[in-house]
Amino acid sequence: MAGKKIGILALQGAFIEHEDCLRKCGANPQQIRSVQEMDQIEGLIIPGGESTTIGKLMHKYRLEDKIKEKHAEGMPIWGTCAGMILLAKEIADMEQVHLDLMDISVRRNAFGRQVESFVTELEVEGIGRSQGVFIRAPYVDKVWGEARVLAYYRDYIVMVQEGHLLATAFHPELTDDLSIHSYFLEMI
Amino acid sequence: MGETGTYKVKAGLAQMLKGGVIMDVTTPEQAKIAEEAGACAVMALERVPADIRAAGGIARMADPTIIIKIMEAVTIPVMAKCRIGHFVEAQILESLGVDYIDESEVLSPADDKYHVNKKEFKVPFVCGARNLGEALRRIGEGAAMIRTKGEPGTGNVIEAVRHIRQVNDEIRWISNLPAEELMNAAKEIQAPYELVLEVVRLKALPVVNFAAGGIATPADAALMMQLGCDGIFVGSGIFKSGDPAQRAKAIVAATTYYKDPAVIAEVSRDLGEAMVGINIDTIKPEDRMQDRGW
Repeated sequence: MAGKKIGILALQGAFIEHEDCLRKCGANPQQIRSVQEMDQIEGLIIPGGESTTIGKLMHKYRLEDKIKEKHAEGMPIWGTCAGMILLAKEIADMEQVHLDLMDISVRRNAFGRQVESFVTELEVEGIGRSQGVFIRAPYVDKVWGEARVLAYYRDYIVMVQEGHLLATAFHPELTDDLSIHSYFLEMI
Repeated sequence: MGETGTYKVKAGLAQMLKGGVIMDVTTPEQAKIAEEAGACAVMALERVPADIRAAGGIARMADPTIIIKIMEAVTIPVMAKCRIGHFVEAQILESLGVDYIDESEVLSPADDKYHVNKKEFKVPFVCGARNLGEALRRIGEGAAMIRTKGEPGTGNVIEAVRHIRQVNDEIRWISNLPAEELMNAAKEIQAPYELVLEVVRLKALPVVNFAAGGIATPADAALMMQLGCDGIFVGSGIFKSGDPAQRAKAIVAATTYYKDPAVIAEVSRDLGEAMVGINIDTIKPEDRMQDRGW
């Protein structure tokens, strides 16, 4: 997987953390802020941050259509937390800019406000034990079509894959465990 | 069951705010304007710093009703301020469910020696700092995020620039010291030794560091980002200006595209009046907010 060029949408949020993880995995991370930069990458990570902020900037600077175009061409995309919200086709009780790509319905701030943010152990299908850092996290209410659940926290869906799309409600980029980054790199 | 209130999730929320703009708001309507403009969080206040400065007297935690109404109005994180050392105001804010507490020099200090023991709380804290020692003392007390103090309510960025340059200078200095000099360095800057070692290892603060105190224009925001801040607090700069919604959007864009002068130029056009600024030399020593904090 050495040298794979992976873009990280760098409009707002924890993009540097993903960059560090990708570098440790031997990939070649690139911060993405413009449409032109999107043509130089083989995969894209949409990081955690505020989904409303990222969505508005993505729309204003025309990255929304470009990401959809790249998705249609088969480029793998992984969204963490806010990124998962932006990938979803449905956002419960909320109207905001999103990419409308993945057959999942997500609920924002589903576990409550910041004092309810938590760290836990997860069992991820095909990967094994993984640390889950959940920060004002969403969860997935339901999946349909080709979307496949990879991890639950209690009864809640927190990780889903649908073809070349991957979504996690939690933040592997805030841990020392690179297994989910490696998993995404294998998808490319 | 998940474990809540850990330092990982406290510092983690600050990491999610990076590259974003946190805006001071005093009403649910302003909070909605801020969210609509792309703010990554809002600071719920009774008065913005410029008005606190103008009003004089003792500035305290906002009325809980104002904070609750703002929390109900937006989906982004809501922060609120308590006085330095006023741990009961902090307890109240935690019970209201705010997402971050700013133990802030903008309010009148409640304790002339001690800050809040922030480790006792599940809610994370952000604190102001003018130099590395002050930043590490606050982190030592449990702060999960740092910001420059600047000089709040002035619309004058010079103090915020001074503070980020000071912190960066000291990080460069301390990172280059031989190991045997680090204990003395910790003593000199009055910082916990273990945190000094952490700074040397990372060549950076161990937590997210935002700019605050005097940012009034998109160019100010981009300046602070280019100087190495992780994100921006704008206090009076937005809702004391001629066209808050437009200015808020412009500052958000300038914070993301801080290395792109063409974008900053574009968003800086036709913004209407910026807030009226204050020269730092004209502020009486007792009115300097940045000198509050120990």
